[in-house]
Amino acid sequence: MTTLVIAEHDNTSLKPATLNAVAAAQAIGGDIDILVAGADCGAAAEAAAAVPGIGKVLAADNAAYANQLAENVSLLIADVASAYDNVVAPATTSGKNIMPRVAALMDVAQISDIISVDSPDTFKRPIYAGNVIATVQSSDAKKVITVRTTAFDAVAETGGTAAVEAVDAVHDAGLSSFISEEVAESDRPELTAASVVISGGRGMQNGDNFQLLEGIADKLGAAIGASRAAVDAGFVPNDYQVGQTGKIVAPDLYVAVGISGAIQHLAGMKDSKVIVAINKDEDAPIFQVADYGLVADLFTALPELEAAL
Amino acid sequence: MKALVAVKRVVDYNVKVRAKADGSDVELNNVKMAINPFCEIAVEEAVRLKEAGTVSEVVVVSVGEKSCQEQIRTALALGADRGIHVEVEGRPEPLEVAKLLKGVVDKEQPQLVILGKQSIDGDNNQTGQMLGALAGMGQGTFASEIKVDGDSLQVTREVDGGLQTLKLNLPAIVTTDLRLNEPRYASLPNIMKAKKKPLDVTSPADLGVEMSSHITQLGVAPPPERSAGIKVEDVAQLVDKLKNEAKVIS
Ligand SMILES: Cc1cc2nc3c(=O)[nH]c(=O)nc-3n(C[C@H](O)[C@H](O)[C@H](O)COP(=O)(O)OP(=O)(O)OC[C@H]3O[C@@H](n4cnc5c(N)ncnc54)[C@H](O)[C@@H]3O)c2cc1C
Ligand SMILES: Cc1cc2nc3c(=O)[nH]c(=O)nc-3n(C[C@H](O)[C@H](O)[C@H](O)COP(=O)(O)OP(=O)(O)OC[C@H]3O[C@@H](n4cnc5c(N)ncnc54)[C@H](O)[C@@H]3O)c2cc1C
Repeated sequence: MTTLVIAEHDNTSLKPATLNAVAAAQAIGGDIDILVAGADCGAAAEAAAAVPGIGKVLAADNAAYANQLAENVSLLIADVASAYDNVVAPATTSGKNIMPRVAALMDVAQISDIISVDSPDTFKRPIYAGNVIATVQSSDAKKVITVRTTAFDAVAETGGTAAVEAVDAVHDAGLSSFISEEVAESDRPELTAASVVISGGRGMQNGDNFQLLEGIADKLGAAIGASRAAVDAGFVPNDYQVGQTGKIVAPDLYVAVGISGAIQHLAGMKDSKVIVAINKDEDAPIFQVADYGLVADLFTALPELEAAL
Repeated sequence: MKALVAVKRVVDYNVKVRAKADGSDVELNNVKMAINPFCEIAVEEAVRLKEAGTVSEVVVVSVGEKSCQEQIRTALALGADRGIHVEVEGRPEPLEVAKLLKGVVDKEQPQLVILGKQSIDGDNNQTGQMLGALAGMGQGTFASEIKVDGDSLQVTREVDGGLQTLKLNLPAIVTTDLRLNEPRYASLPNIMKAKKKPLDVTSPADLGVEMSSHITQLGVAPPPERSAGIKVEDVAQLVDKLKNEAKVIS
């Protein structure tokens, strides 16, 4: 059995999500190759070649694959995937964008967001905001799979010496073009990969008050997240949203501040190892999943917490 | 130009769905059903484009059993012009839904097709992208802003790192994210009017699609429960617990 893992990268380095996807591919079993599609992506391909246990790295380096346009990259993947039994990608916004197109081109189902591998054709995946875990079996000869990264421990980043092979096929669908990107620059760890996450909700009242979280995040090396209500109200950008329809996180420590604990929010964080909730309402549902609950006004608790760390 | 909007009937987002005790399926008896929230946002966007004069007609389509006509009527009450019900039994998979929608696209020739980014039951996040591949259209998924500009569409997308803006040739697919708009409530007169709007029923055979299944659900189970925690007295006790009991900070 052979599996092609689709690398998530920024042309110069691999995103950590790739290492989780490789771990899922290992759980499926068989030989694993990695496809790096991008423009001037040689360094990312070299990084992929250093991942242990990889057969080879296929590097498709062409302007058509810059910015990961789904229309072009899906044609490439469907082409390359004809030689493989499985195609696996992390369930990031990029994987979610591209892979269903690949599945449709191959006329197979996609199995979204798997959290475990029961056998090479049987997987577990959350449905209904994670309130139910479904076990699903695929009857397709070739499988297209996206992986919930928090459910698979990342493989090592280095130690391997796979060969890098160039893929010359150029697929430009001519349907879409990139205009611009607004990427928040931050020194903080990536939300989905951080070992500590501190999130603010509507209780924070405004964007300026998120500074109360910043000082604590600095001390803990934490990433900052938010509830949908905080994003909708414009306190923080969309990429902070944790939840069913935002990012899924499972850090060692998750601190929820001024967040009530709606099921859609819990869906994104309830697999965290330790959960702390700070909320002034002692009946807030967030306390039902918190290991440590502090009933307090966040405006007094946060400065105290920062001082105590 | 014509806009086609796909809407799905799902369990209302306030319902906490549970697995049946025998693990065969989820308990769906007597639960409240509603239009998928992302589909509601899709309808709203199409109706706003019509109000702005960009779109001339808004057609809504739903794939499912007869009961999904309720959700088509909801969309009509929000301002869509006519409905198409593709009647199928059971729960078609995203690829089959995408094939049926492709059949509708071929007949209706819309310039813009708007879907939700995911449905809150299956949480698959696939159908729009699959339709894009089958119909040979570009896609702007997870959209937080769209602008029609002549024969192209500018879409701002919510991605992991922030926001990305793309230009797509029309016809194109859009899937909605939460921040695209805030849907209106249907007024009573509009709900009454919606009852008289045209609603056509069609079938997979009419659309030339042979239904098949690729995935079997073997069973469902509740997720692992978290054991109940404790309430701490104050910040000092919290920090002590995190350091010495949970050992997650040093
Ligand atoms: C289709 C759909 C998708 C969704 N997806 C997501 C998602 O991905 N992520 C998500 O988070 N939500 C999502 N939601 C929204 C979700 O249902 C809730 O509305 C949202 O999570 C509420 O955010 P909140 O807890 O910040 O706000 P609220 O529910 O308003 O809670 C605010 C909390 O702050 C507390 N508080 C207020 N002031 C203070 C103070 N001074 N000190 C201490 N505590 C204080 C209050 O007691 C309250 O518990 C989704 C909803 C829908 C319909
Ligand atoms: C409890 C449960 C059990 C299931 N069991 C099975 C099973 O045994 N076998 C099986 O094959 N599948 C099963 N499914 C899959 C289910 O049918 C899929 O959820 C469905 O096909 C589409 O996936 P989705 O809605 O998650 O798609 P998504 O890709 O998340 O939907 C995105 C968007 O596509 C559009 N869309 C999706 N479906 C429709 C529709 N019907 N009509 C119009 N527009 C639509 C909407 O605009 C929607 O917002 C099960 C699902 C659930 C929740």
